Amino acid sequence: MITFIPLYAFTRKVPVYESFVEGAKDGFGTAIAIIPHLVGMLVAISVFRASGALDFLMGFIAPALQGLGVPPEVLPLGLLRPLTGTGSLAYTTDLIRVHGPDSLIGMIASTIQGSTDTTLYVLTVYFGAVGIRNGRYALKVGLFSDIVGFIAAIAICMLAFG
Amino acid sequence: MINGIWLAMIVIGFIFAAVNGRMDEFTAAVFDGAKSGVTVSFGLISVLVFWMGMMRVAEDAGLLRKIARLLGPVVGFLFPDVPKGHPAIGYILSNMSANLLGLGNAATPMGIKAMQELQTLNPDKETATPAMCTLLALNTASITLIPATLIAIRLNYGSAEPAGIVGTTLAATAVATLAAVAADRLFRRLTLLRRPPKPPVIWPKDSARGGPALPHSSMKG
Repeated sequence: MITFIPLYAFTRKVPVYESFVEGAKDGFGTAIAIIPHLVGMLVAISVFRASGALDFLMGFIAPALQGLGVPPEVLPLGLLRPLTGTGSLAYTTDLIRVHGPDSLIGMIASTIQGSTDTTLYVLTVYFGAVGIRNGRYALKVGLFSDIVGFIAAIAICMLAFG
Repeated sequence: MINGIWLAMIVIGFIFAAVNGRMDEFTAAVFDGAKSGVTVSFGLISVLVFWMGMMRVAEDAGLLRKIARLLGPVVGFLFPDVPKGHPAIGYILSNMSANLLGLGNAATPMGIKAMQELQTLNPDKETATPAMCTLLALNTASITLIPATLIAIRLNYGSAEPAGIVGTTLAATAVATLAAVAADRLFRRLTLLRRPPKPPVIWPKDSARGGPALPHSSMKG
């Protein structure tokens, strides 16, 4: 893609370099415009985690999952994933390191990490970039699909590897 | 809703920190979060600058319009209120394909470009349009064919079958995407129905209500 696009454009007599620089300028402005949004969101997430509130929430849900035969180790991932991409990636990496990449836990963790997204980050970045303040129902839909993806990942892995 | 969640996370965090005697960690977390906000934004500069430049070249060459026309029907179904042949469609498609290939880094700039194009169609610049919500829904669930990062990590830790998660990931994302599209459609219809009697001001009243079902699950968030 990196070579195809400029080559194709060149055959269309597009001044490729100038065109690239024009577009690239937008990229810089966009990155700067996102800063306040990301700072605000990441502070809230970081505070929520450091205060122990996230641990408390997890202690609440873990027993219920255990009853279903779901390894409780993967639960924090479901809570972390919508909040922090790097945080959940770190957690997944840790699960893979401790339990092995091919264990049930390792497979579930890999699938969850690969199949859901950092909803709050995506929302912050995308809406922040265009100055949307009222996101309507976007967050509900995003979190709902995270929950569905999380449950689907566990169910499918337990069926396939359990 | 985002107002409520943001406030709730900070207030609940503060209360927990006070109860657990973690005020020092609380303060540290504030500056830590702020710092990583800036770091992440700066990390995005290189990717955004490069890909947005690339996308401009593709746009000037007429590539985006071509893709848009080719895959118009699919996007027409998902984004009924975006006019056919609008530049937003090309960006939406590039964003979807980058997600499909698991190229999170390349997907973001294209998603942002798509948002910016959708914003030109938006009558109220501070309120998201249904099309914007659909784009977000697709991005948070995003069907993934090749979870590249995960395969790399698994390889790193000596997996016998690093790509063994491709099938499960594809299946799980397909389910999540279907759910997202369905939920998006449902909410879209609900807001359309609610619109006429209670006109313009849609204040994020959900956050104040704090009912059990959704606000709770979003507390994780």
